Formats: sequence, C-alpha cells, structure tokens
Amino acid sequence: MTDQLGRRRFLKGLGVAGAATAVPISILSNAAETKSPAYTQPTATQPTARSQKPLANQKPIALRQQAYTFLSAPEAAFVEAAISRLIPADDQNPGALEAGVSYFIDQQLDGAYGTMGKNYRQGPWGEGTPEQGYQLPLTPQQVYRIGINNVNAYCNGKYGKSFNTLSPAQQDEVLKGLEKGEIELDDLPGKIFFEMVYANTVEGFFADPAYGGNRDKAGWKLVGFPGVAAAYIGFIEQYNQPYNRVPVSLGDVQQHLAQLDHHGHPIHPLIEDIAKK
Amino acid sequence: MATKLKPVDVVLVGVGWTGGILGKELTQAGLQVVGLERGRDRSTNPDFQLPGIHDELKYAVRYELMQDLSRETITFRNNSKQTALPMRQLGSFLPGEGLGGAGVHWNGMCFRFLPWDFETRSRTLARYGKDAVPEDSTIQDWGVTFDELEPFFDKFEYTCGIAGKAGNLKGKKQTGGNPFEGPRQRDYPNPPMKVSYQGAMFKKAAEDLGLHPFPAPSANVTRPYTNPDGVPLGTCVYCGYCERFGCEVSAKASPQTTVLPVLLKNKNFELRTQSHVTKINLDSSGKRAVSVSYVDITSGQEFEQPADIILLASYILNNVRLLLYSKIGAPYDPASGTGVVGRNYAYQATSGVTAFFEDKNFNPFMGAGALGMIVDDFNGDNFDHSNLGFIGGGYLAAWTTGSRPIQYHPVPEGVPRWGAEWKTAAAHYYGRSLVISTHGGVISYRDNYLDLDPTYRDIYGTPLLRVTFDWHDNELKRSNYLTDQAEKIAKAMRPNKIRRQALSKHYSIVPYQTTHNTGGAIMGVDPKTSVVNKYLQNWDVPNLFVVGSNTYPQNAGYNPTDTLGALTYWCADAIKNHYIKNPGLLV
Repeated sequence: MTDQLGRRRFLKGLGVAGAATAVPISILSNAAETKSPAYTQPTATQPTARSQKPLANQKPIALRQQAYTFLSAPEAAFVEAAISRLIPADDQNPGALEAGVSYFIDQQLDGAYGTMGKNYRQGPWGEGTPEQGYQLPLTPQQVYRIGINNVNAYCNGKYGKSFNTLSPAQQDEVLKGLEKGEIELDDLPGKIFFEMVYANTVEGFFADPAYGGNRDKAGWKLVGFPGVAAAYIGFIEQYNQPYNRVPVSLGDVQQHLAQLDHHGHPIHPLIEDIAKK
Repeated sequence: MATKLKPVDVVLVGVGWTGGILGKELTQAGLQVVGLERGRDRSTNPDFQLPGIHDELKYAVRYELMQDLSRETITFRNNSKQTALPMRQLGSFLPGEGLGGAGVHWNGMCFRFLPWDFETRSRTLARYGKDAVPEDSTIQDWGVTFDELEPFFDKFEYTCGIAGKAGNLKGKKQTGGNPFEGPRQRDYPNPPMKVSYQGAMFKKAAEDLGLHPFPAPSANVTRPYTNPDGVPLGTCVYCGYCERFGCEVSAKASPQTTVLPVLLKNKNFELRTQSHVTKINLDSSGKRAVSVSYVDITSGQEFEQPADIILLASYILNNVRLLLYSKIGAPYDPASGTGVVGRNYAYQATSGVTAFFEDKNFNPFMGAGALGMIVDDFNGDNFDHSNLGFIGGGYLAAWTTGSRPIQYHPVPEGVPRWGAEWKTAAAHYYGRSLVISTHGGVISYRDNYLDLDPTYRDIYGTPLLRVTFDWHDNELKRSNYLTDQAEKIAKAMRPNKIRRQALSKHYSIVPYQTTHNTGGAIMGVDPKTSVVNKYLQNWDVPNLFVVGSNTYPQNAGYNPTDTLGALTYWCADAIKNHYIKNPGLLV
C-alpha cells in the first residue's frame, strides 16, 4: 500500500484528491459519462456498451514484476541515479525513477532499439560533421555499457566514488559536463552518451506505460496528456477550457478497463468525478 | 539466377499514392498490371486499429511505418568537398515502407501549388529581371501549367474528400478562402475543419495585421463522404494521431482509404509485396525498357518481370537511384553542369516561433494531421520581392496536429533542458504554448544534386544514393524573413514569452524538417535539362514513366502531395488516352 500512498502525495499537485488512480478506471468512467455535461458527444461517437464488463466482476490488475534483463547491477545503479537528476521527483510529482524509467531503458536496450535493428550498420565508419548525424559503430547497448563504465571511471578519478554514490550536486556537475562536452571520456564522446540517456529518459517518462516507464501515467499526468485519444470532435472548439481527464493507456483499453465509444476511442473520465468517488 | 516471369502490360515499382492511382486508372482501362512493393501489406484493419495505433513511442519515435534503414538508406554531405556518410537513422525526412507508402503516415496537408510555382523562372524574369535569379541557381519552368493541371487537382481532391474553402472560384475571389490560390473550377468536396483555439487566435492576430488567414486544405475528412470511385471514407474525430500514424477510422485520405480498395479488387491487378526492385532492364538499343529485376525479400529469390510499360512510382530518392543504377539518362555532373539524372535536387526550409501564455489552455493533444490556419501572403510571388534579396516564399501556419509529449514539451528560452526547473516549466507550458511555423520552398542550385555513392551499398549490393545539399543565401534570407512575419503574428497574440527557432546555418540530416524531398529526375521541355517530359515520360526510354516529386524542378512553399496527386492523374490520363493508342514519345 505504500505505493498508493506515494501516489496520493504526488496527485495533490494536480488538484486531485484521494488515491484516484488506484481505482480501476472503468468504475470511474460511468461517473464521467453522467457528470460531464461540458463534453458533448456527437451522435457519431455516442458511447455504447462495447467492452464494458460488469463492474463487480472486475479483478484488480496484477502488476507485472519489473526486473532488469539487460543492465548489470552497477549499470542499473548508474541509470537510476542519472535519471533521478534528469527528471527528479518533487513534493508533488514523481520523477523518472519513480515512474519506472530505468526499466523502460533496460527493456529498450534489450530489444531492437538497443541493437539498432532498423539502422544502417555497414562501414566504413567515418567521423563526419554534426550535420551528418550519428556515425559511431556503437549500438545503444554498447553506448550505455561503455559510457557508464567511462563515467564511473571519471567519477572515481575526480571524486573517489562511482556516479551513483555522488551527492546530487556532484551528479548534476558531471551530467552538465557531459552535456556540454567538457568531460572527455576514454572511449566515446561524453555528449553522445549524455544525449542518448537524456532522450531515452524523456521517452520513458512520456511513452505508454506498456513500455515499463510512465508508471501510473505519471508523465502524462504531469503535463495533462490523456494518452490514448478520445474523440475530441465535441471538445476542440471549446476554447480555453481545461480538459481535466484521467489519462487512458493501451493496457486500460486492452484489458477493458476503459469505457469506449463505438469506434473504440476511450471516454476519458473526469478527474473531478474521480475525486468525488 | 533470376526466374523470368510471364510478361504483363504494366509493372509498377512501388504501390503508394502514385502507384495506387496509376494502378487503379490503368487496370480500369483494361491493362494487366503487376504492383511490386518492397514493404509489407498493410490495411486499416488490423494494422491501424485502436488502441495500438495511439502509441507515440512506436510510431512517432521508433518509426514503425517508415523505411527500414538496415536494408537501404542514402548517404549525405553538405558539399562535394566532404565525404558523404550514410544516414544511419531516420531524422530529417521519413520515407514510408509498405503498401500505401508514405501516404499512410502523412498528415493530409493538401495544398495546390501556385500558378507561379510552375513557371518560377519565366515569371521571376518577367517581374524582376535576370539579376533576381541567384547566379548559381538552376530553376526552370515545369513544362506544365497550373491551368493544365486544374482538372487533375480537382480529381485528386475529390478522390480524397479534401476539406477546405475555395479562395478563387473561376477567377472570383471567395471570402474565407485563400485569395492567392490559382483559379479553381469548383469548391472543395467537404467543408473546412473545425477551428482549434490556436487556429482562432492565429486567425484573429493575422487579420489584425491585415493578412488573409484561411483554413488549411485537409485530407482529414470532415463529414461522411463517398468519393467518385464509390469508396466511403470515415469522419475525423480530431484524435491528434495522424502524422506518423495510420488512421483508425479511415478519415485520413490515404491509398488505403481511396484508390487501393478499388485497385485491389480489380482482377487485372496483382500485388506482390516484399518485392524489392533492384534494376530496370533495357533492350540492346537502350531505347526500350523490357523488364524489372526484383528480389522477394522473404525468400531471397530473384525474379525478372517483363512488361510493356514500366512505371517508376517509388519515393523520389529511390526513383532517382533506380534510374542511375539502371543507366537510364545521362547522370548529372555538377562540375560541367551537364547531364540530367540527379540534377535539381531540392528540399524545404522550415522555422518557427513558440508563444508561451500564462492565461491560456490549449489542450494541444487535440487536433488532426492537417488541422491548421494558414497565411499565404508571403508564399511564392504573392508579395513584392523587389528589395528583399530573395525569391520565393512559404506559408505561415498555426497547426494543431496533436502534440504528443515525448516530442512536444516546449519550455521558454533560458530554462535548462532537464532537472527540477525543466520539469516545472514543461508541466506548466505543455498546455499553455502554441507554435507558429513557417514552411518555405527551396529553389534548385547547380551544386545541390543526387548521384550514386562510390562507397556505401544496400544489403542487395546496389550503391546507395548520395545526397549533396545545403542551404543557399536565398533560403537563409527568406527563412529569416518568414520567421520575422511569424514572430509579428505571435506578438500580436500578446504572449508572455516567445521562443524563435530559426533555420540552421547548414542543412542537417538530424532533426525532422519535412518529408518533402524533390527533384533529381525533373520534368521539363528540353531533354538537355530534364529527365521526363510534361507527361512524366522518360525522354530516352518512352515506355518508362517516372512519377514522383522527383519531377519538381524546384520546391514550392507547400506540402507536395496535392500537386503529386494531380501530376499522377495527369500522367495516367496521358498513358490511357494517348500512349496506349500510339506508343512512343508523347511530345
């Protein structure tokens, strides 16, 4: 239950009372249907009973156990520390670590992205100009392996400690040095390593939770992005009106936890309705 | 050893927008057509269905629907002194792969080029004199005019169910449309899209400045619509997942929602997917194409498909590469300025201004691929260039195409890219910002061109296409001018902060700009300066037609698809009504 209490704390900042997201979304969507006069569904997208299961029959979703399959323990420690600085937790919202972004990165590295499955990988390998883009023979798997090793070597040399045991201020100093290209690593440009970790952190924070990050849709809630889209045809000309809906994920739809219109677009529950529950 | 197959009337290389249109028109004319598509078969159901298609990471960031570069890519350099290196990952532009091509993942922005765009050289000379044309520029007229293409624009727009408002009906200006457009014979088939808050603010600000905003012509269909071929399209619900995605409700006109349902049912047509064409084979005279060689990529088996007519209908970069590798037409030599294949490669120059507000709520995730408000006052030659030092122009737009947060989380200038301050700003401004973009044409130059790379090859052993390209002063000056105009509109909205994204000093292959590559096998009136004639027929090999934006002699300030659709119908008409009856050069 500590997980839920944690969420309660994070949700305060969004003006949401209670452990809203712990409630299965379908229970909430009925409320949305009856209590959101602001959202006029056009006839073409009238909600139907499709994919609605009797609420009483709904079982809680078992959380998949998260585990690292690519990163070694020291590598995972580095990634967890780095992403905690890139998108830190605060009083109101989770950061990248709490949102599971280290698992996202691990899973990405262990798949086609990690081995550059869709990239051109033939040599010769020239250095190139910045305008010519990425030209290293290293895959993301190798960039992380070598980069983490190199940064830890740098940190051990400068601070006598590996990156994950530095103070937050020291970690920021190292990350800024990499970002600006001021820290030279032994085996690859520090800036390339930084930019890859940075891009993957942002991806993991905002990608669908199916990929292991954005846990509890923390990234989406932070900015107000509703995930799998509803039919907005009745809302798009309501200018300057907050949407204030609970985001819906791929899993919510696939597991019949979201109410759908007849095209299969989810009907996002109103946050205030969930609060009243 | 390649297996030689039974001859057919027509073979299509590529089955996207152009291949789909040509295939439909020619099978309906009674010809036996085989379509060779390098990618996989794809259809609205099951491939673009909910919820899976609403996955930003998979489709927008990892490029699920785009070209697999592990098989083939291009090489790139800014100038011929550099060594070109492979584009190892996608970025600047996103060619499609699979049935429907890039027509599956396009936004649906469907502008007609201006009459001026088809006669850039002669009209520039007439209005400003020869000094106005940059010395190293190779701009030329297309050999076809807007008026000739008008019925074919109309045909493509009605096939797609384009939503818009005419600005010029038979020469009469229409309130609410684009007053600068060429005269059209009738209005769009469907009414314009709804107007987003961003669009409404842009419209008001532009009008206050004396400009002429109008709703973007959009292939996101606005009401139940059955096109002239009897194909029904869906109605757009503004879900905001068009660009880089397929449409789950068939409301975005694409080959899948328009021409393919007709083509695939025609018994004169045979589709072969996963079929990668490696070469066009000529007879010993070199004047006639006899077949294409292709590899079935699922088996590795090689085939030779003979045909009477060969239609090159893949993406521009591959069309040009196949011509060069098949030794059809003289390759362009930038040193001497002679040769034609690879000449006049061009692109587009984009920039933008982001405006940040404290008191607005834009719900930027709502939208549609081609939902936007446009200002065309600075496009083409719609404004006086006398003292500006450049020619051409572009449009300004407030697009609301659906802002998904991995790729859209703007923060004001001075905010760090990460850390607590970034997080607070990103959360605050996601819903409180809007973007005004500029979309400018690029004219052609002697030193921007395409040829075969001497070093790098694809997995089939064919040399990659080499792109040599950079901005010139004309584009840098013009982009700066357009960005200034965008900034004026942004300021008229009274935002709290503004952030300007100018055109980079040099063209870079890294950030996404537009998938609007043009040229390399251009159309024209003279075989010395063009690869195909006004009917897109190859000058040297009359039974070969090369259909794509490779035919554009220079690039206009608009998205290219409407003009491409019109040219494709124009070419199909020439084949059906003239070439079949009397095979040979049509000009």
